[in-house]
Amino acid sequence: MLRFENVHVYYGQVHALKGITGEVNEGELVAVLGSNGAGKSTTLMSVSGILKTRTGKIIYEETDLTQASPYDIVKLGVIQCPEGRHIFGGLTVRENLLMGAVQRRDRSEVKKDIDWVCSLFPVLEERAGQTGATLSGGEQQMLAIGRSLMARPRLLMLDEPSLGLAPVVVQTIFDVISKLHQQGVTILLVEQNARKALQIADRCYLMETGNMVMGGTVEELRDNPEIERFYLGGQAQ
Amino acid sequence: MTSVQFFIQQAINAVSIGSLYALMAIGLAMVFGILRLINFAHGDLIMVGSYAALLLLWAGLPFWLAALAGIAASTIAGLIMERIAYRPIRGAPDVAMLLTSFAVTILLENAAILIFNPTAKPFPAPAILKNALQFGPLRIASLDIVAIVVAIALLVLLTLFVTRTEVGISMRAASEDLLAARLVGINVNAVIAYAFAIGSMLAGVVGLLWSIRVGKIDPFMGFYPVLKAFVASVIGGLGSLPGAVLGGYILGILEILLQGLLPASLTPFRDGFVFAGLIILLLFRPNGILGSTEREKI
Repeated sequence: MLRFENVHVYYGQVHALKGITGEVNEGELVAVLGSNGAGKSTTLMSVSGILKTRTGKIIYEETDLTQASPYDIVKLGVIQCPEGRHIFGGLTVRENLLMGAVQRRDRSEVKKDIDWVCSLFPVLEERAGQTGATLSGGEQQMLAIGRSLMARPRLLMLDEPSLGLAPVVVQTIFDVISKLHQQGVTILLVEQNARKALQIADRCYLMETGNMVMGGTVEELRDNPEIERFYLGGQAQ
Repeated sequence: MTSVQFFIQQAINAVSIGSLYALMAIGLAMVFGILRLINFAHGDLIMVGSYAALLLLWAGLPFWLAALAGIAASTIAGLIMERIAYRPIRGAPDVAMLLTSFAVTILLENAAILIFNPTAKPFPAPAILKNALQFGPLRIASLDIVAIVVAIALLVLLTLFVTRTEVGISMRAASEDLLAARLVGINVNAVIAYAFAIGSMLAGVVGLLWSIRVGKIDPFMGFYPVLKAFVASVIGGLGSLPGAVLGGYILGILEILLQGLLPASLTPFRDGFVFAGLIILLLFRPNGILGSTEREKI
């Protein structure tokens, strides 16, 4: 469904992605692990068309996304829920959700999807008239994910959805991600919480300093001593 | 005239001037909110619309038709300005965009000088807009009433637009967080074009009201209004639409208050006092009255 072919991305002089190659198949939940600065978010921003790829290709179902605008990429059903939530703080929760469906013209279905998102995250229903800025961090993350779902994504990219949240909220969010996965949504999940990510993912990529250094099924990576040592070993059980 | 009458007349005058500042400031705020661009060429849209209306009046068109065409000319000029001058440098440092807006100003003003020469031209208006109406003991300029009514009507329409329509909500979203706006698939080019079109249309309306008020137009007529609009939007909080309106009215009221209260020897320095007030305000509220005190836009 999504394929990276030797993708190089630069921030000015900084070589941020050094020829990454990999793929996400339809219906899969693929996790990208790695430490800060490894290039995980850069990868997602390149798929979304926010960062321009210098060389290489990002192919989504025959379309080369490196030549497409963020607007067109959303139109294809490739939706990113960015790190740091980026909700519209001055807009109400309802308006935020509507903005997630900004390209859709099927008004009655959009209304139904708002109800569906509110069934996934009931707190959003209670807060529907409040502005995004008044929500707690966890509620904002739920809103950000809900907003992404309003576009009816075919490929959903989640960037650090658990960052800085209380464990109970993290569990809620991961439960929803699993549920979406079971419903057939293809998901590319960037996470620092490797243990959590490995619990729900089908496959994993490991990134280090702009390279994809390892890839495989969750079982393969879980048994890998290096992963164990660097990403799982140090964390609380 | 009693002091109560004097007060009411001055209050209406203040609200009328404030209405013009508010409408101008909205145009600045809409564009600044999304692009972080202080578009000083916004003032020249006033000039473009007024000259367009004047040309059509010379050609013999009825006033109302010429006025509408003038507003349309401002709107189109604003859209062309965005497309030719600002879109190519989008993403450039703020300073580059600011300098571009000065360049556009100089270009438009010099074009007006070449076409119409720099001397001011009288701006004819129907007598009904130049008269004063008698309300019992009060005499109120009909133009003041028109300005206030037009401003209120436009503000109501604008409020409905930004809260009820998809484009309007998208505009607020883009102004809150441009990255998120792009990631949800908002057509940012279209939203920016809308912001310029609406702001320019408001500038066209202000241009007509201003030209009728002053009675003449010249190539530099946009400078004073855009400066006032800038001050108004700084008072209210740059980029905030409610702030722009609030700032516009505060500035109008402040000017008229100072005009009335200052001793005659000091009235020429009225603007100095206004700016002193602005400095004091910014010491306490660096982001203006409605600007957030902590939010850092990236």
